[in-house]
Amino acid sequence: MTEKKLLMGNEAIALGAIEAGVQVVTGYPGTPSTEALETVVRYADRCGIYTEWSSNEKVALETAVGAAYSGAKALVTMKQVGLNVASDPLMSLSYIGVKGALVLLVADDPGPHSSQTEQDTRVFGHFANIPVLDPANPQEAYELTKLAFELSHEFEVPVILRTTTRVSHSCEDVELAVAEPAPVEASCEGFVKDRRWTIFPRLTTERHPWLENVQVQLSERFSELPYNSVSGSGKIGIIASGVSALYVKEAVKGFEGLFTLFRVGTVHPFPEQAALSFLKGVEKLIVVEELDPYLEEQALQLIGKAHLPVDVYGKKNGFFPVGGEYNVDIVIDGINKVLSKLGEPSRLSHASPAVLREELPPLPVRAPTLCAGCMHRTVFYAFKQAAKQLKKDSQVETIFSGDIGCYTLGNAFPLNMVETCLCMGAGMSIAGGLSRTNSEVKQVAFIGDSTFFHSGIPAVINAVYNGADVTLAVLDNRTTAMTGHQPHPGIGVTVLGNPSKAIDIAGVIRSCGIGSVRTVETVNLEGCIEAAKEAMEFKGPSAIVFKGNCVGITKSGIKLTIDTESCTGCGFCIKQLGCPAIFLPPGEEKPFILDSCNGCGLCAQICPSESISEDGVKK
Amino acid sequence: MKYDILIAGVGGQGVVLASRMLALAAMKAGFRVSTAETIGMSQREGSVSSHIRIGDEISGSLIPAGQADLLIGLEPAETVRNLPFLKKGGKILSNSHAIAPASKPPGSPEYAPEALLAFLKALIPDMLCLDFTRLAEEAGTYRAANVAMLGAAAGAGMLPFSKETILSVLETEIPEKHRAVNRAAFEGAIEKIKPGTLIGNRR
Repeated sequence: MTEKKLLMGNEAIALGAIEAGVQVVTGYPGTPSTEALETVVRYADRCGIYTEWSSNEKVALETAVGAAYSGAKALVTMKQVGLNVASDPLMSLSYIGVKGALVLLVADDPGPHSSQTEQDTRVFGHFANIPVLDPANPQEAYELTKLAFELSHEFEVPVILRTTTRVSHSCEDVELAVAEPAPVEASCEGFVKDRRWTIFPRLTTERHPWLENVQVQLSERFSELPYNSVSGSGKIGIIASGVSALYVKEAVKGFEGLFTLFRVGTVHPFPEQAALSFLKGVEKLIVVEELDPYLEEQALQLIGKAHLPVDVYGKKNGFFPVGGEYNVDIVIDGINKVLSKLGEPSRLSHASPAVLREELPPLPVRAPTLCAGCMHRTVFYAFKQAAKQLKKDSQVETIFSGDIGCYTLGNAFPLNMVETCLCMGAGMSIAGGLSRTNSEVKQVAFIGDSTFFHSGIPAVINAVYNGADVTLAVLDNRTTAMTGHQPHPGIGVTVLGNPSKAIDIAGVIRSCGIGSVRTVETVNLEGCIEAAKEAMEFKGPSAIVFKGNCVGITKSGIKLTIDTESCTGCGFCIKQLGCPAIFLPPGEEKPFILDSCNGCGLCAQICPSESISEDGVKK
Repeated sequence: MKYDILIAGVGGQGVVLASRMLALAAMKAGFRVSTAETIGMSQREGSVSSHIRIGDEISGSLIPAGQADLLIGLEPAETVRNLPFLKKGGKILSNSHAIAPASKPPGSPEYAPEALLAFLKALIPDMLCLDFTRLAEEAGTYRAANVAMLGAAAGAGMLPFSKETILSVLETEIPEKHRAVNRAAFEGAIEKIKPGTLIGNRR
């Protein structure tokens, strides 16, 4: 019996995978992909699925690969930048192939809303010779997940299910084939020894023709699938995939006679036959797609190959923006530009807003910031003080490098403490590079606990081996905070909440050979400043592990108050910390502390007039 | 039928939860529904908005500019920030309780909530505006302001389904220990917007 449920795209993918019989699910948290694995976890015990948060995406993929080599069905989840980390095993895997089934959920982030890049996984699939399915909404995400497992099993290749933020993080009434996930019927025959699992040049040479042949077979299969569909009857063709296809549908409403829409759900290998019969019916082609001009290039190639008299309008000739997230209005503007170029009298019309953006009064900037009571604020502040002291005492400047996590927000006003941020785990190695070219400057690198395990450790080893004069500050708030508090190898708990061995970060750093390693609790600002100074004065690589609790999961129960009698209204607490719980009402002189205070006590420790104190237990 | 609702507020106000309630209520009332929300960095005191599209023919989950039938603003500046999404003749439900930005980066305009509310009232005659945070506080916790606003929207007939429908969703979606407070906030808001009560520009 089918059932309708309100599901986020990621939840729909998880349910699709369970229905497809997934037995092993691995991943590393990354917005907007995270909820897929988290949803599987909810059913893991009941359905008999092994689930883990791996230490990084490469490890997650390799773990899933092992399971798939054994004939199991496996899913691995990550975001687009995570695919870069996993790309080394992936490129080899496409030659080797799998047994069982292996599906990679890779969530792209046009915009980007919470990512370092706007890279396009469709292109990655093309590059790696791996089929890519591109759902438009949660319903399709659910269905295409099941299809991905089928294709992977049948063709013995890994399959990428590529989503974007508006698919992964949209909620929709999804029609499910089964109301409740049932236990997975384990059909794993186990690993069978065979030379096909060991990549050698000779094997690569043998497998390459097979790999190319699979592309042709898949393209033919895709051409017959309903996920590549044609609608409308106009002489102007539009090709689109993913959520862009829905924007097109909405944009051309009422003009269906003018356009013919080709929606591509299986984007790679490009469904040539289906595309060809669509292209033969149109005179002009508009390509609407977020991120890279992938469909545009496929269409141009096919038009050339088949000698078709079709003009193409897309990103390459400036009709559509090359970057950024699309929406209906952007699509309307692009299509109208083409209509105008073609001399068509029709124009698609925008909805008329009550108020235009230009008519709005000036609005305050509301940038994301570190939470009230966040331990990172104490560490940043401590290093700021230590660096000031260092400059005063010995005229030495400091450069602060960071990387990906909540603590990237340390770059925000008024802390301004992250001067480089490239990717996960890069802070320490970039600081190492900076130390070679800025010998008179002190280098400090910040890294989170989860990121330390993800890709920080090799950078520590490199610093020791090559003698980089860098101070590493590990911000250990006991969770993967930015993506929603997932556990990691330092916590001593698995994704299912089962106890496991906690890896001691300071112990790992020590074993890598760093001479000065200290552990400091962040409740003590003075201690943090002292530790920062000591580490920065140390010759050669040094490290401090700062321990505190993420306020997102551990509430202290303490609330601080400002004594209005003794407060001088100097504003030091506000100007120095940018804590969202300290509030100065407009026109007033003395700030007060809001209910959102988490009682870290940092403001009390820096208040020049000692006017901030504990108010007792919070409600 | 098409009904597009945009909810806007500040990270931590419960924008996403409120949009989930509306989506579930819409489903319960027999409509198709789609939502899109800001998740990630913006959660931390940043601007948050959620799009809820209700109807039979849903395309993408993002509401195009100028097409929202209803704008629910949990905070005055966020209501104004999202005005371009509202269609001509669309309705507004706004909280008058302001949340100042956590930090004031150089160049950020001063926050003057009164001026923004005056701007809203002058522009949109069909607006309900009230201190829903205080109302929720009176019901038990300021955190229930989002649910109070759902109550007001339902009570004022701004939603394409009944207040009973959304109330029944609250009963199943809100954990038991918070349920009574939220119900009180919901019903308190309905009480407040009864005809004859002076709210915003409505008399």
